Amino acid sequence: MPIIKIPTPLRAYTEGEKDISVEGKTVNAALDSLLSIYPDLKKSIYNEYGQLRAFVNLFLGEEHIRDLEGLDTPLTEKDLLLIIPSIAGGRG
Amino acid sequence: MTTLTDQEFLRYSRHLLIPEVGLAGQEKLKASSALIIGTGGLGSPIALYLAAAGIGRIGLVDYDMVEDSNLQRQIIHDTNTLDKLKVESARARMLGLNPYIQVDSYNEPFTAENAMRIATGYDIIIDGSDNFPTRYLSNDVAVFLGIPNIYGSIYQFDGQASVFYAKEGPCYRCLFPTPPPPHLVPSCADGGVLGVLPGTIGSIQATEAIKVLLGIGSSLVGRLMLYNALEMSFDYVKLKKNPKCPVCSENPTITELIDYEEFCGVPGHHIDEMPNEWDISALDLATEMKSSSPLLLDVREPHEQKISNLPEAKNIPFGELASRLSELNTAQEIVVFCRTGNRSLYAIEILLGAGFRKLKNLEGGINEWAEDVDTSLSIY
Ligand SMILES: [Zn+2]
Repeated sequence: MPIIKIPTPLRAYTEGEKDISVEGKTVNAALDSLLSIYPDLKKSIYNEYGQLRAFVNLFLGEEHIRDLEGLDTPLTEKDLLLIIPSIAGGRG
Repeated sequence: MTTLTDQEFLRYSRHLLIPEVGLAGQEKLKASSALIIGTGGLGSPIALYLAAAGIGRIGLVDYDMVEDSNLQRQIIHDTNTLDKLKVESARARMLGLNPYIQVDSYNEPFTAENAMRIATGYDIIIDGSDNFPTRYLSNDVAVFLGIPNIYGSIYQFDGQASVFYAKEGPCYRCLFPTPPPPHLVPSCADGGVLGVLPGTIGSIQATEAIKVLLGIGSSLVGRLMLYNALEMSFDYVKLKKNPKCPVCSENPTITELIDYEEFCGVPGHHIDEMPNEWDISALDLATEMKSSSPLLLDVREPHEQKISNLPEAKNIPFGELASRLSELNTAQEIVVFCRTGNRSLYAIEILLGAGFRKLKNLEGGINEWAEDVDTSLSIY
């Protein structure tokens, strides 16, 4: 099954889990599968219009899904999907 | 052409010995300039290494004073410079390390109003800030001036680094077009950070800065580095220019600097300066509790309660709040608190959205309670 890697700031919504095995043959289906397990994640990933949030980036391996086929990008059983959020810390 | 003095030949001999730097490279560094935004966790190693490397002119932007809780990671400062301006503390340390450079300090917040004035004339910007508004300003200024922005960011055990240079690759907004809403991203001060983490990421930023100034090697242009200290993993993803980027694409929608509100909250900066309708001071709450008994809602993490605790409080960590609202009663008055009054404000936002109205925010958090009401509690 494809695995979605959850970044630290979002692990509050996955009971601390970082690597989640999901069902699905596309990125979209994999996200649906993830949100069916952890519904609290939804507001962090999609905005109120159901679009991916601007500060959430999905990478399949090294490639941004925007440079592939977006949410329709096909996934294989061994794929690793990274969620990369913006983090701001540094000066403080 | 900038030339080196005899003392500088001795000082930089380990650079002069590397063919990629050599005399020409060292003279190039002496003729270069870099603006460092922030002299905190990231800014400390960046400023120290750039000073040691002999970057001819280094600018420092910050407006804070050195505090005790900084010294766990901000190694450019010192117990002897507590309560001094950070830019002055850093400047003195850098000139102590290397008197052959110029350090210009800007003791002011970096804003849309002053950013272009400060940054104009520098060869590169190095973003060592700790909040989204400043990160977006650093990026946009670098795009407008056509110079590289050396990016680094940290959170708990995670770090990111890249070189955003719109002339040669993507910018920060290509990846993150707009800042996230407040309650989805905890700030550094609330989230905590492993003290050595900014040392790792700041050192990578300093490395990239020197490479970019010398024009050697393969920089992080077009790549985002992802570091995790717990796993000791370094991963990279490819970044391309976003054809819809609001600032560096062919049809930009952002053509001037924007001051985003300090919604993503860094305690001690703007949020504390703006009292809001929910705030209640520790002293007022103590008085109120003599005649009524509101629910005290502690949204801190369990490990924080081991440091200081109000025994009568109910604990729901901030991240669990949205899914545990059923444990609360809208009819009861709720006083939300955290460490400093920042997370609790976001908790109030969530509670308001869920229909709660009888809400109060303990201003300054349990730390203020410890200072003003129960001095037996620890401040952290
Ligand atoms: Zn861009």
